[in-house]
Amino acid sequence: MGTALAAALAYLIFAVWPDWLIDLLGRKKTFVNTLLNGLTLAGLYFLVASGFTLVFGLMRNVNLAHGSMYLLGAYIGYEAASATGNWFFGAAVAFLAMAVAGAALQVLVFRHMQGDDLRQTLVTIGISIVAADLMLAIWTGTTYQFEPPAWLFGTVELPIISVIKSSGEAVMIKFPAYRLTVLGVAVAIGVALWMFLNRTHVGMMVRAGVDDREMLAVSGVNVQLVFALVFALGAGLAGFAGVIGGTALSIAPGEDVRYLLASLIVVIVGGMGSIPGAAVGALLIAMAEQFGLAYFPTYGVVLTFVIMIVVLAVKPQGLMGGSA
Amino acid sequence: MNGGLARIESGWWILLAALMVFPLVATEFLTLQVGAYAMILGILALSLMWLAGYGGMVSLAQVAIAGLGAYMLPILGTNTQDVMGLGWPWWLTILAALAVSIGFAAFIGAVAARTEGIYTLMITLAFSVVVFYFARQNYTLFNGFTGFAGIEPPALFGVRWRDPVPFYYLVLAFAVGLYALVTYASRSTFGLSLQGVRDNPRRLRALGFNVTAHRVFAFALSGFIAGVGGILLVWFNGRIAPSSIGIDITIDLLVIAVIGGLRLPIGPFIGALAFVLLDNFAIDLINRERFNTVIGIVFLLIVYFSPDGLLGLWKRFGPTVRPLKRRAASPAPMAESTE
Repeated sequence: MGTALAAALAYLIFAVWPDWLIDLLGRKKTFVNTLLNGLTLAGLYFLVASGFTLVFGLMRNVNLAHGSMYLLGAYIGYEAASATGNWFFGAAVAFLAMAVAGAALQVLVFRHMQGDDLRQTLVTIGISIVAADLMLAIWTGTTYQFEPPAWLFGTVELPIISVIKSSGEAVMIKFPAYRLTVLGVAVAIGVALWMFLNRTHVGMMVRAGVDDREMLAVSGVNVQLVFALVFALGAGLAGFAGVIGGTALSIAPGEDVRYLLASLIVVIVGGMGSIPGAAVGALLIAMAEQFGLAYFPTYGVVLTFVIMIVVLAVKPQGLMGGSA
Repeated sequence: MNGGLARIESGWWILLAALMVFPLVATEFLTLQVGAYAMILGILALSLMWLAGYGGMVSLAQVAIAGLGAYMLPILGTNTQDVMGLGWPWWLTILAALAVSIGFAAFIGAVAARTEGIYTLMITLAFSVVVFYFARQNYTLFNGFTGFAGIEPPALFGVRWRDPVPFYYLVLAFAVGLYALVTYASRSTFGLSLQGVRDNPRRLRALGFNVTAHRVFAFALSGFIAGVGGILLVWFNGRIAPSSIGIDITIDLLVIAVIGGLRLPIGPFIGALAFVLLDNFAIDLINRERFNTVIGIVFLLIVYFSPDGLLGLWKRFGPTVRPLKRRAASPAPMAESTE
């Protein structure tokens, strides 16, 4: 089943499409570009959602201000990058600023309402209302976009044939280099997170905390420190994702809600607290969104939410979620 | 109903009398834009309070439930947009609108009943967003982005019900009726077992209660309340569009319910009044543009310091000091606890 699917997908990507397939699905270029856009978006969603799911998995904290972290990180990163002209500096500042903000949020807010889901939800909704309004006041309604580093500018030609002209010349598919980099960065961060959780001492404590907080605490581990650290990491990733997203797409008011919703859906579909779940969810949702937009433009937006409703109705813990 | 009306405390009669007299002494603006509007928002928030307070299910779908019903008025009845408008008689239109709200709410309830906590919140939010986008993208039925205008209450008994004073009394009648309904429902056998479901679903299931059926019925009742609120709101505005059922409105409703307090059915009305007063008069204090900051900070302060909302503050500092429940009594402990 899985092999057949992979073979079919490989055929769709690499083969030169016969006419009947073009009649069925439209031009190959549209299909492959949609697929690549979906992969890129999945990378971005994974970056945002992995922080969210990490925080939820360890602390059962529902941080609905996660979208605000994304947008604020993007704005701060933009200011830093345009002041210095260095994109990497902007990304680093965004990560650090949001990591500090996240740690502060954990210490000042979440630590006081541990175990009270509703209050956490409400407080973070309140924070995101105020944050959205203040960000609108400071950065106005203008749309910003980062300049990616010069060597990532432009497009690359992929070894995928789009169509063979009547002259016999093959037209290759081109795709923006930066977007491919986003995908690479997301995979790298995913692997790094996995290594951190599975191969380091701190990661071991985090996993132990996910399984049993009390037991970890009585083993002499400073649980609060681990919590603050994980929260900082999750928020930092959101801020970093803001810079990545602000370069691949753009930054504008309302993006906070968009990415909050996206990461919630990704995490709920994938299973709350699971990093592989976040990856699967991101892939599924981003693909649904991109293919929805390309092939059913009118109701494409609805598709992702329908997927979520179906998953929740059939498997409330998400595709990769345990019985948390 | 032993005792009946005589059991109602005198304070409520005084409040009702004050509400009855209000339009006679107040300006038209206060009657309509503050009084009637606050009561409509109160009704909508009441549907949320009923679910959250007694059922333990915080639903973000109430605006969508109310909105889908309210959309039936221009679609089945009349509008000035030349789209749909089947011209059904007013009573049939209203019945159909309420049926849609109740049915949709029951459907959401049936799906959401399997989930708990944050998952309920998310699945209801997802429904809310689906309705919003669907209404915005669909032009044949919902007239897309534009929506509908020219929606009026029927001219019964020779009264123009959209005039400020008659409309105020119309809304007041429904607000009082629904308040009484929720109070009655919460004390009924069903209401008591619903509160049991809220506190411990597993135990209730073990005792032989049908937990899912209780939740679905609670959603259906909230659909009725929201449906009435939606119809009143669409009469109040005279129009409906996707922007009237967006996420920001959903959040506003949550803010209202929480500011007022989710413990008692009077809470949503208090929250709605506070919200409308802030909305109308905060302009004088601060820049109109920053309303969200003000309401957000008020919301944060309430959630942070008084989880039971303004109602909780009243109970803590008001004249009748009663023993408080666990959460309100102890401000968040600073202890380095892991629980």
